[in-house]
Amino acid sequence: MRRGDYTWAYLMIAPTMLGTLLFHIWPVLQSVYLSFTTWNSFGNYKWSGLDNYRRMAHDAEVWSSLGNTVVFTLITVPVGLALSTIAAVLLNQKIRGIPVYRTLYFLPVITMPAAIAMVWKWLYNGDFGLLNELLGLFSSAKVQWLTNPGLALYSTAAVAVWSAIGYNMIIILSGLQGIPSHLYEAASMDGAGGMRKFFSITLPMLSPTFFFLSVISIISTLQTFELVFMMIGANSPVIGRTQTIVYDFFKYAFLMNDKGYATSIAMLLFAIILVVTVIQFRVQKKWVHYE
Amino acid sequence: MTMNRSKFQVKWFIHLLLAIGAFIMVVPFAWMILTSLKSIGEATQVPPAIFPRSYHWENYVNIFGTLPFMSFYWNTIVTTIAKTAGQLLFCSLAAYAFARIEFPGKNVLFIVLLSVLMVPQQTYQIPLYLIMVKMNWLNTLTALIVPGLTSAFGTFLLRQFFMSLPKDVEESAKIDGCNHFVIYYRILLPLAKPGLVSLAILTALWSWNDFLWPIIVNNSPDKMTLSAGLASLQGQYETDYPMLMAGSVLATAPMLILFIFLQRNFIEGIALSGTKG
Repeated sequence: MRRGDYTWAYLMIAPTMLGTLLFHIWPVLQSVYLSFTTWNSFGNYKWSGLDNYRRMAHDAEVWSSLGNTVVFTLITVPVGLALSTIAAVLLNQKIRGIPVYRTLYFLPVITMPAAIAMVWKWLYNGDFGLLNELLGLFSSAKVQWLTNPGLALYSTAAVAVWSAIGYNMIIILSGLQGIPSHLYEAASMDGAGGMRKFFSITLPMLSPTFFFLSVISIISTLQTFELVFMMIGANSPVIGRTQTIVYDFFKYAFLMNDKGYATSIAMLLFAIILVVTVIQFRVQKKWVHYE
Repeated sequence: MTMNRSKFQVKWFIHLLLAIGAFIMVVPFAWMILTSLKSIGEATQVPPAIFPRSYHWENYVNIFGTLPFMSFYWNTIVTTIAKTAGQLLFCSLAAYAFARIEFPGKNVLFIVLLSVLMVPQQTYQIPLYLIMVKMNWLNTLTALIVPGLTSAFGTFLLRQFFMSLPKDVEESAKIDGCNHFVIYYRILLPLAKPGLVSLAILTALWSWNDFLWPIIVNNSPDKMTLSAGLASLQGQYETDYPMLMAGSVLATAPMLILFIFLQRNFIEGIALSGTKG
């Protein structure tokens, strides 16, 4: 019977392991190799040692993309989590219309990012955009949301926040519903007010949820691409101030056919994600409370 | 009395905050639909009209003439269904083995599988693209489907779900001499329906909205998905906002309609993806 068990197990995992090996693990190993190669315009490549990494170290464009990506992440993740927490706490109250609010907040999560980018590009339009029309009720200045070099990155980040609130909110809401009510009852008996309860019960009890959300939001935000590609685009004068590291990757890999350099950029991204995630797991012991 | 009154005020304050948030969530969708029904002149008049004077439904008709939107739909639907079916089958099989059978190398193989979850997609995209080139799969649906037939995430999600299910029925089935495939198919799958539904929804959603991979492997218009089609629409009609918005409505409507009907499942699926571990 044991033998038979093994056969079944290997048969059952075979397709998944094969797919993972062929389409993930083997390509990752190849990427490591390709990041040490230089490509010519005919698609041939040769070993060039650390050239790509040396070039990257002195490439002002990559550094500025990295800076943009970091700023983008540092805005999007905390602001997104704060707004999602507020939404989740409000939706956890006993009031009418909760399902309606929840549905509406959730709409962006299921909407195609390419479409979201187009709609917001239109809303942000400096001349005919709805946003400037609404602001026009208060002032006559036309804000160039996506073409002002100092502003475009923040306008893009705002859309990322808008898109992510629904997802975070649902996860936080299910975290909130898992907090045992006797904790709040005990706190009420001790005379704690609403704010006190929020900071001494709700936040600590939610810390595992926040930890999970911050890990996955940072990983996914570091990979921002669609919004920049669709809302700003290669021909925009502000692309240099908004392009992310994955945008650079895409540009070198598929527009400029410099696949060796592109893989080294991908390796840099991988390294950053790895380091940030490891740091988060280390630091969590200081602030995450598990029961 | 005063207590009731302040409670009443708090409730209205909560409604006010939630309504402001809901307004910000909904306006882009409303504006997308309204713009899609205007003429270009009307869309760009100052000050703008909120509602179109006359409804230009022809924007929706014209779009099918300028780009093969029917092919976009077909490609997106076929890709989504194939990937979802593949992942339901292969992930649940692997998840069963990892959750219920002891076999040599199990832990190592599971860790190998999980390690994939840590790796950003850009890390394997170029070699994967080169594989597609070598197989002659560029500009075919195969390139969109095959790499997405299995998934480490789905296997992990279902394994966690299977681990939470009781074992006693299986034990007696085993004593009766049922093999693992029978136990998987007859006992575990029916019990795991909520997990399978969640995985199906997440896979379908991600597949429908996927962007980077489709624009890399398929650039011939008759093999594009909807999201890649939107990118090329924007490239061609940069200032025809009603046309761009009509395209956005067409691309997002099927998923939004599905969401409205299966709302509870969508939200449970998303919540499940967050409570793993």
